[in-house]
Amino acid sequence: MNILSQVRRSLGQPDPNFGAPLDTTHGPILYVEDVTVSFDGFRALNNLNLYIDEGELRCIIGPNGAGKTTMMDVITGKTKPDSGSVFFGQQINLLELSEHQIARGGIGRKFQKPTVFEALTVYENLELATAADKRVWWTLTRSLNAAQRYQIEETLVLIGLADQRHQNAGALSHGQKQWLEIGMLLMQSPRVLLVDEPVAGMTGEETEKTAELLVSLAGKHSVVVVEHDMKFVRSIARKVTVLHQGSVLTEGTMDQVQNDPKVIEVYLGE
Amino acid sequence: MLIQRLLLSDRGGMIVLSLVALAAVLVPLLNLAFPETSPLHVSTYNMTLFGRILCFALLALAVDLIWGYCGILSLGHGAFFALGGYAMGMYLTRQIGSRGVYGNPELPDFMVFLNWDSLPWYWHGFDHFWFAMLMVILVPGLLAWVFGWLAFRSRVTGVYFAIITQALTYALMLAFFRNAMGFGGNNGLTDFKDILGFPITAQGTRATLFFLSALALILGYLACRYIVTSRMGKIIVSIRDAESRTRFCGYQVESYKLWLFVFSAVLAGVAGALYVPQIGIINPGEFSPLNSIELVVWVATGGRGTLFGAIVGAFSVNYLKTLFTTWSPETWLFVLGGLFVLVTLVLPKGLVGLISRFKKTAPAKAEAAAVTSEPEAVTEEAKV
Repeated sequence: MNILSQVRRSLGQPDPNFGAPLDTTHGPILYVEDVTVSFDGFRALNNLNLYIDEGELRCIIGPNGAGKTTMMDVITGKTKPDSGSVFFGQQINLLELSEHQIARGGIGRKFQKPTVFEALTVYENLELATAADKRVWWTLTRSLNAAQRYQIEETLVLIGLADQRHQNAGALSHGQKQWLEIGMLLMQSPRVLLVDEPVAGMTGEETEKTAELLVSLAGKHSVVVVEHDMKFVRSIARKVTVLHQGSVLTEGTMDQVQNDPKVIEVYLGE
Repeated sequence: MLIQRLLLSDRGGMIVLSLVALAAVLVPLLNLAFPETSPLHVSTYNMTLFGRILCFALLALAVDLIWGYCGILSLGHGAFFALGGYAMGMYLTRQIGSRGVYGNPELPDFMVFLNWDSLPWYWHGFDHFWFAMLMVILVPGLLAWVFGWLAFRSRVTGVYFAIITQALTYALMLAFFRNAMGFGGNNGLTDFKDILGFPITAQGTRATLFFLSALALILGYLACRYIVTSRMGKIIVSIRDAESRTRFCGYQVESYKLWLFVFSAVLAGVAGALYVPQIGIINPGEFSPLNSIELVVWVATGGRGTLFGAIVGAFSVNYLKTLFTTWSPETWLFVLGGLFVLVTLVLPKGLVGLISRFKKTAPAKAEAAAVTSEPEAVTEEAKV
């Protein structure tokens, strides 16, 4: 049975149960419960509990080594936790799925370092990210339909790269690459966007544009932003979660969080 | 539309393909139609030499597809080539029939010599041409599938993958050297008499084989172009450049690598099957790790990631090899090693990259002239 299912898998099997509408009747779209991850005895995540509501914009902050990136790795299937559970809606257990299945199912991820396909043009980058059949045979024989191409045009305008569509992605500026990567996430029609440090290395103007973009995305998608830049977080945040040593230190509005003595202690040192 | 996609945007490829197509017609024609005394005559020896290189070019194409486009460096592609060759060799051996040295109608000579009394099970079916051709595709394809499935699923990449492919071809070489394997031991399979009823050394058969090799190269090239110009082609380039990004875009990277690897192995197998009847022997030496490394040098020399560069590389290095092995055979390996170092250091894009570099500098010069010097010079430059 195992061999057969593996053969089917290598041919590219259809994805499990994503067809059904996501069950978010209780509010949250993403449930991360009691998740622990250790690397050689070091607990990167320690009984982490996190709930992301549908359509919300959540900022996650925390000092270096607080487990922010590991948390994203767990949600996107890159790292399997030692214990705990991660559910997408109330029905889909993300721990049973592989990276590409989670991505197809509607969780998009932007990396800390902007990662786009540098040898391809801006348009082709978006083309590849488009939510279409992503099995080998289909990509060999079919091209995109009109609706999908229209979606690419829309996204090009949204991320402000319509004039650069035929330019190689490698020739874009740092900020433009970040936007392109966000655009690629959008092409996947995701329910949840995980965005790791979107404004690192951006100029003030670019940062403002990015803030606008992310705020406009919330509502249609759930957006989770991990960021160091406090000014940026303050400009977009409604709800902030502070991570420390692999678990949630506190949660609340930016003002609540900034005045919390525990947070001040963590950030300013004991 | 399809032709436009495959060829028109690919000028270098069009030039190389036209040359191959021209050779496919002209060489057999000049060989058959003109008597040996005529200055236009191409000798059968030269035609076979050329035909062999056509097979190598197909093999190089297979390597460029996975290495140049998907970043999978296989140092064991010679194994798939040799397996395709053995499948063809087994058919040709069965065609010998009772004309062998021992005159045994059932068993090939080497089995009689080893005192075997019946044909091993895996030799059955090889007296049919269609079955042998099926095996030419299936055996390399299946091995690549199993091997690739294990390697890619465990996310073995880069230099580790290169090393285990090298081990694969080495292991196969040792296995095929053993007499007990039933593939003729270190002598391999040889003394072929005919193929589909045509005498294998006859001029007409040689000319046909040459034509078929060129045809296979052209079709193989078009198939590779079809892949790299499709959406899948962009995905495999993405895998090369940013594997985890591709994965998080929702692509199952492993299955893309696997199917590309299998296709490449099948191409290599076909090349091997066309090679064997032209040189008249297949032995375990074809599995030698050195062969696989050499063919990577062809691709690197020609210029990887262009497809037609692989063909250019296979021809230029093999021509050089023919020159050196007749002039001073012992220096060839040094030349090959030196070539690899030279290409890596000076020509990272290979010979093809060198040509396009010249092309780029020419208009740049014209522009510079337009800015600085008088109008007459500009028109002259523009004409060039």
